[in-house]
Amino acid sequence: MAIKIVRNFFTRIFLSIFKSKGNIKLGFYGPPNAGKTSLANRICKDFTGEEIGSVSKIPHETRNVQFKEQVEIDYKGKKLTFKMIDTPGIATKIDYEDFLKYKMKKAESKKRAKEATQGIIESIKWLDDMDIVVVVLDATENPYNQVNITIIGNLAARKIPVVIVANKIDMKKADIKKIESAFPEYDVVGISAKYGTNLEEFYESIFKLAKKI
Amino acid sequence: MKKITKIKGFTIHFLPYSEIRDLNSTGRIKKVLDIVLGNSILILQGRLKPEEETRLIEDTMAMMGHLKNFKGIELAVISGNENEKFFGKMRVGILNAISGADLGAITIIGPATIVKEIKRNPKKIELFLNR
Repeated sequence: MAIKIVRNFFTRIFLSIFKSKGNIKLGFYGPPNAGKTSLANRICKDFTGEEIGSVSKIPHETRNVQFKEQVEIDYKGKKLTFKMIDTPGIATKIDYEDFLKYKMKKAESKKRAKEATQGIIESIKWLDDMDIVVVVLDATENPYNQVNITIIGNLAARKIPVVIVANKIDMKKADIKKIESAFPEYDVVGISAKYGTNLEEFYESIFKLAKKI
Repeated sequence: MKKITKIKGFTIHFLPYSEIRDLNSTGRIKKVLDIVLGNSILILQGRLKPEEETRLIEDTMAMMGHLKNFKGIELAVISGNENEKFFGKMRVGILNAISGADLGAITIIGPATIVKEIKRNPKKIELFLNR
């Protein structure tokens, strides 16, 4: 018992030193094609000059968890360093035939579908390791998708701070209010990762959440 | 004249919460997947815990690599207390704590080969089936 208390004490000290260095694990979660990698790329490019991964119109472009270490974000004179973790989009089904519509060959489509299933498993396994999670939703889509509710419900159960990003606000069909009414207990920030619109409000939310961890 | 197309080979399986109440998470997910893999649309009284929902997705993805023609699931939960005010939520919370589940909720899970899409909003669920 005494050993356990001492061990926990040192773990806490170690973690607090680690966090004070600013290595905050910032995860990007959401359904496929919501713009997780686009947003992570935008941030990484602005603060490190390099992107985190490739983007595509074809769903499940990100099929492995991708990282970018030591991303120092400077917001209104304050600096925090993050480890950016971009995850594959979570879905409950994958049909390789959907990829054929994008003129992909059958073998390539099947390979993509198989890799995507493994990517989803990897995404879910990483949920426990996050300090803050950005749930990226497509503001032109119905937010009452069960995957969104499951992700957010899991983060709440794990007590991980969450900010919801309503991406693609540059599009006519975008409806942030619908997302706000679907998730009234969360901060919803409308952005366009493609054009870099409203990122200031996004950084403000992230810095606010960073104080809680 | 409108052509009537037949949808063949599926059943709707209603599962009262009492059937899964005493099972652990592994047992619950196994039960759910056994029903869905038997080409049934499952209507479950109540809902799974959040971590069971993600585990269900993980297990579904893992099975897709091993079962031919299994393309995953469609899943939706509709909860009766989403629009409740504070005291309403408190009352429902107490009832749920006694029963050990959100019995006001309904969970629908179907194989993606049968259920093309489930559209939901706070008050209704629409199931679109594959032909």
